[in-house]
Amino acid sequence: MSRILVIEEARIDGNHRFFHETLAAGRILSELTGLPAELAAIGDPNENVFMHFSGPVAATAYAIQHPLLVSYTSDGYTLAFEQLIRKLQPAYVVFPHTYQVRDFAPRLATRFGQVLIGDVTAIEAGPLFTRQLLQGKLQANYRHASDGPCFISIQAGAFRADSASGGTTSISTFEPEIDAAQIRTRPGAPFRAGTQTVDLASAPLIVSVGRGIKEAANLPLVEELAQALGAELAASRPICDNGWLPMERQVGSSGQTVAPKLYLAVGISGAIQHLVGMKGSQCIVAINKDPDAPIFEVADYGIVGDLFEVVPALTEAIKAAK
Amino acid sequence: MKIIVAIKQVPDRDAPIRIAAAGKWIEESGLQFSMNEPDAYALEEALRLKEAHGGEVIVLSAGPERVGTTLREALAKGADRAIHVTADDLGERDALGVARLLSEAIKPESPDLILTGLQSEDLGLGQTGVILAELLNLPHASLILHVEKTDAGLKVKRELESGWFQEIELPTPAVLTIQSGGNKLRYATLMGIKRAKTKETRVLNAAELAPVAPPTAVLEKIALPTKQRSTQILPGTPKEAAAALVEKLRFEVRVL
Ligand SMILES: Cc1cc2nc3c(=O)[nH]c(=O)nc-3n(C[C@H](O)[C@H](O)[C@H](O)COP(=O)(O)OP(=O)(O)OC[C@H]3O[C@@H](n4cnc5c(N)ncnc54)[C@H](O)[C@@H]3O)c2cc1C
Ligand SMILES: Nc1ncnc2c1ncn2[C@@H]1O[C@H](COP(=O)(O)O)[C@@H](O)[C@H]1O
Repeated sequence: MSRILVIEEARIDGNHRFFHETLAAGRILSELTGLPAELAAIGDPNENVFMHFSGPVAATAYAIQHPLLVSYTSDGYTLAFEQLIRKLQPAYVVFPHTYQVRDFAPRLATRFGQVLIGDVTAIEAGPLFTRQLLQGKLQANYRHASDGPCFISIQAGAFRADSASGGTTSISTFEPEIDAAQIRTRPGAPFRAGTQTVDLASAPLIVSVGRGIKEAANLPLVEELAQALGAELAASRPICDNGWLPMERQVGSSGQTVAPKLYLAVGISGAIQHLVGMKGSQCIVAINKDPDAPIFEVADYGIVGDLFEVVPALTEAIKAAK
Repeated sequence: MKIIVAIKQVPDRDAPIRIAAAGKWIEESGLQFSMNEPDAYALEEALRLKEAHGGEVIVLSAGPERVGTTLREALAKGADRAIHVTADDLGERDALGVARLLSEAIKPESPDLILTGLQSEDLGLGQTGVILAELLNLPHASLILHVEKTDAGLKVKRELESGWFQEIELPTPAVLTIQSGGNKLRYATLMGIKRAKTKETRVLNAAELAPVAPPTAVLEKIALPTKQRSTQILPGTPKEAAAALVEKLRFEVRVL
C-alpha cells in the first residue's frame, strides 16, 4: 500500500485536459499522503494517451495491453485493472469521472469490497473527498474507512490542469490474463445521431431554456426573447428528453459544448452535466426563482425572480433598446 | 420476459432543502418525495418490453414506509407487483450495502432482466445498478436509452459523451442502467390507479435480508456549496431588473 495509481483514458474527442486534471488530483493526494503517484492506462505505449505520459508527469507508468482490450468492455477493463491493482496494491486509485469509468469502476471497486467515491470536486487533508449531492444544491465530505484500496473519480473541470516540470517517465507494459469467454458484452462502433442543422458551437449569443419553463406551450416566451436578441435557442436535457426541442439544441455533457459571448440561462438549475457544456461562455446570465440555484455559481449577472414575469419584461426592454 | 425495475424515492426537485441538525443529511420532515426521474424511464422501458413480448414487471424499492406511495404509482402505471424492502437505516449503508439489499431481494425471483435508473437525484452516485450486476455476477450495460430483445439476448443503445452513441449486444439475464429521455413517459390512468389497489406488494425486512455492514465510504458532513464566483444580482421589480440587465448587455458585455 505504498502508492497512488492514477488511471487515464484515451478520449474519443481528443480532449486531453481531463488527463492533466486527473493527474493534478493524484498529485494533491500525493502531497497529502506522502505517497508517490504512478500512472496507468489501457493501450499501446506508443499511441494516443501515452504520448502525454512522457516527460514531467510521473516517474512510473503502466501500459496495459491485451488484444481483448482493443474495444472497451466493462468486463475486459474490470479484469485488467483488477489484476494490475492486485499486483501493485495501491492505497488509492484515481480515475477521471468519464462515462467509461462510470460504467466499470463501481464493478471494479466491488471486487475489492469497496465503493467508488465518485465525481469528486475537491480533496482536503484527512484525506476528505468532496462531492455534490442533490444536483449541486449541497456538497458532502466523504472519508474512506477500510483497509482496502480507496477508489475515487474526479469531476471534469474541478481540478486545475497543472504542468509540473522535470523528470522522465518510464513506461512498463502489463499484460493481464483475459479469456474471450469472460467478456459477455459485444460493443458496436460509436456513431453520431442524424445530421446537425444548428451550429450552437459557433453561435455568439445563446438563450437557453430549462425545466423552469414548465411546459412546451410556454416556449414561445423564450423564443421571443431569443429573437429580440438575435440569439440561438438552446436547452437543458429535460427539455429535449420531453421532445419539446430537438436534441441537437441540448447543451451539456451529453449534448453540445458551447462558448458564446453571452449565455442566458432561463429556468436552468445548473447541474454539473449542464455546466460542463457552457461554463466556458464569456458572459453568463441566469434567470431563476431560486437564489441558491447552482447556476448562480457560474453566472456573471443574475436575476432572482419568476421567469414568467422577468422574460417578457426583458424582451420588451431589449426591443426598446434596439 | 420477467423484468425487475429498481425504483428509488427521492426528494422532490423543487423541495426547499434544509440541513438536519446532525449535519449528515437533510431535514426530511415536511419534504415531498417522488420517483427518481431515470427510474421512471426504466419503468417505461420495462412496460414497453412487456407489452411487446409478454412477461411480468416487478418494481423493487428499498426505503422507509413512505416509498410505498412511489411503488403504488408504478403499479398504477402498469407494473404487475411490487417488492418493498423496508429500511429506516439506508443512510447508514453505502452503495454496496444498498445494492446488497436489492440483490438479496432479486435473487429468489431469478429475473431475465434487471433495470435501474442511471443515477439517483439525491445521492447522485450512479453506481447501484453496476454494483448489483457484479453482486449477481451478471453482464451489464449502463447509460441505456433503448432496449431491443433479440434471439440471443438483448441489443441496447448506449449514450456516450458529446452526442455519440453505441450499440451493445449482451446475453440475458443482464442488468441495464437506464438514462432519461429514451421514451415518452406514460401517465397512470384512473383505471390503473384502481387496479393498483388489488396488486401484490411483498414487504421484506432489510435487517433480515442483509445486516448493516460498516460502510467503506463514510459521509462526514454536508454543507451548502462554497461560493466561488461572485454573481452580480440585479435587484428590483422584473421591469427594473430587466432594464438593469439591458444596460449591462449594452455597455459591459457589448452585445446590444
Ligand atoms: C450522465 C448524465 C448526462 C447528462 N447530460 C446532460 C446534458 O448534456 N445537458 C443537461 O442540461 N443535463 C444533462 N443531464 C441532466 C442534469 O443532471 C440535470 O438533470 C438537468 O441539467 C436539469 O435541467 P434543468 O436545470 O432544466 O431542470 P431542473 O434541475 O429541474 O431546474 C429547473 C430550474 O428552474 C427554476 N425555476 C422553476 N420555475 C421557475 C420560474 N417560474 N421562474 C424562474 N425559475 C424557475 C428552478 O428554481 C430550478 O432551478 C445529464 C445527467 C446525467 C446523469
Ligand atoms: N433504495 C433504493 N431502492 C431501489 N432502487 C434504488 C435504491 N437506491 C438506488 N436504487 C437504484 O439505483 C439507481 C442508481 O442510484 P445511485 O447509485 O444512488 O445513483 C437508481 O436510479 C435506482 O434505480
